Amino acid sequence: MPSTLFDKVWNRHVVVAETETNPATLYIDLHLIHEVTTPQAFTELKTRGLKVRRPDRTLATIDHSTPTLINADGTRPYHTKQAETQVETLLANTKEHGIETHGWDSDNRGIVHVMGPELGATQPGMTIVCGDSHTATHGAFGAIAFGIGTTQVGHVLANQCLLMPKPKTMAIHVNGELPTGVTPKDVILHIIAEIGMGGGTGYALEYRGNVFEEMSMQGRMTVCNMSIEAGARCGMIAPDQTTFDYIQGRKFAPKDFAASCADWLTLATDDGAVFDKEVHIKAENISPMVTYGTNPGMGISIDSLIPAAASEADQDALDYMQLKSGNKIAGTKVDKVFIGSCTNSRLEDLRAAANIMKGRTVAQGVTTIVVPGSVVTKLQAEDEGLDTIFLDAGAEWREAGCSMCLGMNGDIGAPGDLIVSTSNRNFMGRQGPGVRTVLASPETAAATAIAGVITDPRQVETAA
Amino acid sequence: MSFRSLKQVTSKTLVLSSTNIDTDQIMPAKFLSMTTKAGLGEHVFSNLRYNTDGSETDHVLNSPEGKASEILVAGHNFGCGSSREHAPWGLTDYGIRVVISSEIADIFRNNSLKNGLLPIIIEKRAHNWLLENPGADVSVDLETCEVHLPRNGGTYKFEIDAFSRHCLMEGVDEMGYLQGQSDAIAEFEANRG
Repeated sequence: MPSTLFDKVWNRHVVVAETETNPATLYIDLHLIHEVTTPQAFTELKTRGLKVRRPDRTLATIDHSTPTLINADGTRPYHTKQAETQVETLLANTKEHGIETHGWDSDNRGIVHVMGPELGATQPGMTIVCGDSHTATHGAFGAIAFGIGTTQVGHVLANQCLLMPKPKTMAIHVNGELPTGVTPKDVILHIIAEIGMGGGTGYALEYRGNVFEEMSMQGRMTVCNMSIEAGARCGMIAPDQTTFDYIQGRKFAPKDFAASCADWLTLATDDGAVFDKEVHIKAENISPMVTYGTNPGMGISIDSLIPAAASEADQDALDYMQLKSGNKIAGTKVDKVFIGSCTNSRLEDLRAAANIMKGRTVAQGVTTIVVPGSVVTKLQAEDEGLDTIFLDAGAEWREAGCSMCLGMNGDIGAPGDLIVSTSNRNFMGRQGPGVRTVLASPETAAATAIAGVITDPRQVETAA
Repeated sequence: MSFRSLKQVTSKTLVLSSTNIDTDQIMPAKFLSMTTKAGLGEHVFSNLRYNTDGSETDHVLNSPEGKASEILVAGHNFGCGSSREHAPWGLTDYGIRVVISSEIADIFRNNSLKNGLLPIIIEKRAHNWLLENPGADVSVDLETCEVHLPRNGGTYKFEIDAFSRHCLMEGVDEMGYLQGQSDAIAEFEANRG
């Protein structure tokens, strides 16, 4: 029977099959961990006298609570003592259990969803989990990757397995030619606006169509990353030559690479496979997108007018954002710009932002911070001189981490600030109490930083 | 660690009618730096409950009725966003044992079930009734999978998978169950080479 990419990967990992009374026991190939969602899980193991079953299938880094600045004396200015304790707790726990850890001394340290792919640890056909909802990022490689809570982090540490009911499947087809200036971030914001914030709840998504086939791995990661913003725990794209080229030569790439690629090619959804739901979107209809409300589903084309509130909740969102229906979203004054996060902090993202900021100056009063996704990414960007472009423009060039996406490390805005952010969530107060967040692509964020108001990047002339 | 078993809960409801209440609102990121679970109830919905100077607002969550409630009725798509288990930890520490909505996000739902917090997705009509009647005396029966609304509100069925229901009713968690499968897991690992 023809089957989907999701079903093929799922079936390879069933240890104990689902029954009427019990969920399936699913084997997990790769467990990524970080400081925020693990301390209570390690405590649980200790209380029960359990060991980590497969330290060799576990990879750790520090990213959420980490400062993105360094003091003159080389020390790290933690936001709170508790944040420092949390980082040290992770480092102590992973040392005790023999888990490979990319801490302060590693060039691979970075946002966990940037690190996994950069190390080649993320591979097609795998099951990957992490105590973080943006784990869906790894689905860009044709893996089943999803976020879990701390209790399940404990389950995977101790058993390398999870109890899982099987989700339904949804195909999202985007075919046609993307208009000039439309980025992967715009594609996913368009998809979320179309299917809605809860539209993917209970589903595993597969992104299909020529738009994704032609997309780079970094673009695919941006798309899959935001699957959770439509309610889906995982989003996948079939592995192909683009995937293989990305993995080849990286630290954890399989030794028998050709054989692995041949196997990975068999994972693609078969012709005639049936999805529980299918959505079709025309690439030609997608424009550069921004959000105007307080959830990622409230997105519109940057050149359109802010829509009328369809509900009380919509009106509350507009009130919070201090935006009015019928007005243009472009031209709205901004206070800060954040370029970073597991959605858009990879080298291609930084290049795209630098391409727009090159030779220009950030508007007066608009604090702009650029936070690379990993140390490796930072070093590569510096090799290409991107740091100089940002610094010359008046932006800040920070150390790698999650930073202002969720502000756990103290990188937050002031109440009332309007922040154009390349991150993934525009929830009320996420970037600081009272902060208003507008989600956008790196290109839009960069153009906005220069102009000081929300700006369509297609109106900015660039060299390339 | 096991949690308190849950068979029947009868309580006045606490209603938060906003749609899409995300886990950032339930437990803001600044409270995620903890390395234990203790005391998170104090911080649940912190942005609604405290003024910038730390004093309490007059939000229902700060009222004696709110604090006494064990059943939270929330607007559509409750618990969306971040996977932070600190959200259900905070709610249970506050005293909530049941969350009822017309839609509940997957990860939050999953995390709740592992902490003795029963997530109930109920049909639109009953949801609307509950939203419009804050403080109603509602009874939830996990044995029969029914929600009983007072007066003429009626009785509504809800769905929950058999395994989660068993775990909640017996107050057992899944770690022991998975540990019991260690032979099957070892065999799976051996077969894959």
